[in-house]
Amino acid sequence: MRSDLEIIDEWVKPNIRVLDLACGPGELLHHLIQNKQVNGYGLEIGHEDLNTCLEKGIPVLEQNIDEGLQNFDDQSFDLVLMTHALQQFRRPDLLIDEMLRIGKECIITFPNFGHWRSRMHLALKGRMPVSDFLPYNWYDTPNIHFFTFQDFERLCHEKDIKVLRWAAVDGQLKDHWWIRSMPNLFSETAIFHISR
Amino acid sequence: MPDVIPADSVGIVTPQIAPFDTPLALSCGHTLSSYQLIYETYGTLNEQASNAILICHALSGDHHAAGYHAMADKKPGWWDTAIGPGKAIDTNQYFVISLNNLGGCCGSTGPTTINPETGQRWEASFPIVTVEDWVESQARLADVLGIETFAAIVGGSLGGMQVLEWSIRFPTRLKAAVIVASAPKLSTQNIAFNEVARQSIRRDPDFFDGQYLDHDSVPTNGLGLARMLGHITYLSDDAMGAKFGRQMRHDTYQYHYGVEFEVESYLRYQGEAFTKRFDANTYMLMTKALDYFDPAARTDGDLSVALSKAQCEFLLVSFTTDWRFSPERSEEIVDALVKAGKQVSYAKIEATEGHDAFLFPIPRYMTVLNTFLTRISKQHILEKNHAL
Repeated sequence: MRSDLEIIDEWVKPNIRVLDLACGPGELLHHLIQNKQVNGYGLEIGHEDLNTCLEKGIPVLEQNIDEGLQNFDDQSFDLVLMTHALQQFRRPDLLIDEMLRIGKECIITFPNFGHWRSRMHLALKGRMPVSDFLPYNWYDTPNIHFFTFQDFERLCHEKDIKVLRWAAVDGQLKDHWWIRSMPNLFSETAIFHISR
Repeated sequence: MPDVIPADSVGIVTPQIAPFDTPLALSCGHTLSSYQLIYETYGTLNEQASNAILICHALSGDHHAAGYHAMADKKPGWWDTAIGPGKAIDTNQYFVISLNNLGGCCGSTGPTTINPETGQRWEASFPIVTVEDWVESQARLADVLGIETFAAIVGGSLGGMQVLEWSIRFPTRLKAAVIVASAPKLSTQNIAFNEVARQSIRRDPDFFDGQYLDHDSVPTNGLGLARMLGHITYLSDDAMGAKFGRQMRHDTYQYHYGVEFEVESYLRYQGEAFTKRFDANTYMLMTKALDYFDPAARTDGDLSVALSKAQCEFLLVSFTTDWRFSPERSEEIVDALVKAGKQVSYAKIEATEGHDAFLFPIPRYMTVLNTFLTRISKQHILEKNHAL
C-alpha cells in the first residue's frame, strides 16, 4: 500500500463508519474494510473505478460530489475521507464544511503546490508545473484549485477547524524529518486529520 | 424467428408448472386454498444449490425471461438481453429461475384460470395480490426447487419492489439484491397514471365488470388505451422524439382523427398488440400491486428502519432518462440503506431509453450487473463450500 495510505491507516480506529469521497478504485477503503473492519462506502463517478470497486466488493455509490452531499445526515459517519481529490472540486472550502457536517472527523490528503520543485518550475520556466505527481497541462487538468500546505492550515484556522494531526510526505510518499520540519517546502502530499 | 439459435441464447426452453396445495393467506384477507406457478429455469443448479438467481418480473412480464419456446418464435423472452451463456446474468455460472406471478395471465393461477372452489374462471373475483404475497409464493417455489439461499434476486421496476421485499421478509434467503429502475413506493403521479389505466379498462363497455370472458368479449379498447398511456411513461421524451419526431403519414395535414403522426400509429399498434397477449383483469391487479407497495408504511414511514432487517448486499441501478422511476427514487432506497448501515452499491446509467432502458443491453449497465453478480456468485459458492 502507498505510504500516505499507510499513515491514514494508522490513524483510523477499527469498526467505525467511514465515507470515502472520490474513492477511486477503492484501494484505501478496501484495506480499511479488510483490516479495520470498518463499515464504509465510497463515492465515485469514474465508471472504471466504480467497476473495480464492484469487483472487489467495496460498497460504492455513483454520486457527483459537486452536486452536493445533502443526502447524508449530520454526523452520520465517524470519519469522512478524501484522498487527492479536494483540488478537483468547485468549492473546496464548502466541501470541507460538508465533510465536517457529515463526519465527526475527516482525513484529507492533497498535493502541496508549495513544494520547492513547483516553485522552481514556475519561477524559472514561467510555466505551470507538470510533474509525475501532477501529470497534467493547465488546460486538461482535473485539478482546478491549487493550494499549499500553508493555505490549508490557514483555511482551518479561519474556519475554526481543529487539526488533530498532520503528516507530510515526498513524491515516493515517504515521510522524512526534513519534510516534517518544513512541510510547506518539502512535502509533495499533505495529510490532515481534522475535526470541529 | 431465429434461423439458428444464437450462441449466447439459452435456446429452446420449456416452462414448468409447480402446483401448491398449502393454503396461501393473502394480504387482502382472502386465502387461496390451492394454486399453481409457472416458471422457467436456465443453466444448471450446482450440488450445493448455491448458484441460483431468481428473476422477478415487472408489470407485464412473465416467466418467459430468456430463450425461445419454439423455432417459430418471433422474439425471445423479455430479458434475453441479460440472461444467457456469457451474458450479464451468465447461465454458464448461474441457475436462473423466472416465474409468472400469482394473478398473472401466462400460466400461473390468476383471473383467467379456474377457481377450484366454483369450477368457474376466476375473472374479476380473483383476489387482489400484493408484492408481499408474490414474495411469499416465490419462497415456496424456492422450497420446491431445493433452494434455501439465492445467490441473488434480481428485478426491474415492479420486479425491483419484489426484490426489496425479499430482502426484508426473508433476510437469510438471499446473498444479494439487485434492484433496477425501481422505487420504494409509487409517487402520487405514478398512482394517478395507474388509475387512469384502470379506469380506461373499467369504462370499456366490453369489460362487463371484469366478467368479459363469460361474455366472450375482451375490453380491447380500454386495455389498449391503458397500454398506450403506460408506453408513453416508459419512454423518454427524447427517445420518442428521436424515433418519431413529427414524422407524418401524409405530406400534408388531413384534418381528421385518423393517424396523422407516426407516433400515433406506433401507440395504436402497441396498444392493440398488447390486448392480444395480456389479460385486462391481470393488468388491473398488477397496477394495484404497484400502488399498494410501501414497506416503510410498516415502520412509521422510515424506510431505513424497514430495511434494518436486511442482511444481503444490495446493488441499485437507475437510468438517467427514466422519469417513471427516476434516479432519485432509486437514490431514496440507497440513502435508506446507507442510513441503516447496509452494504450497498449504486450505479446511475446514462441511457436515452427512459424507464424501458432496464430491458436494453446497454454496455455499461450489463458490465455493472455482470461484475457485481460474478463476485457475489464466487463469494457465495466459496462460503457454501467452506461451510460443507
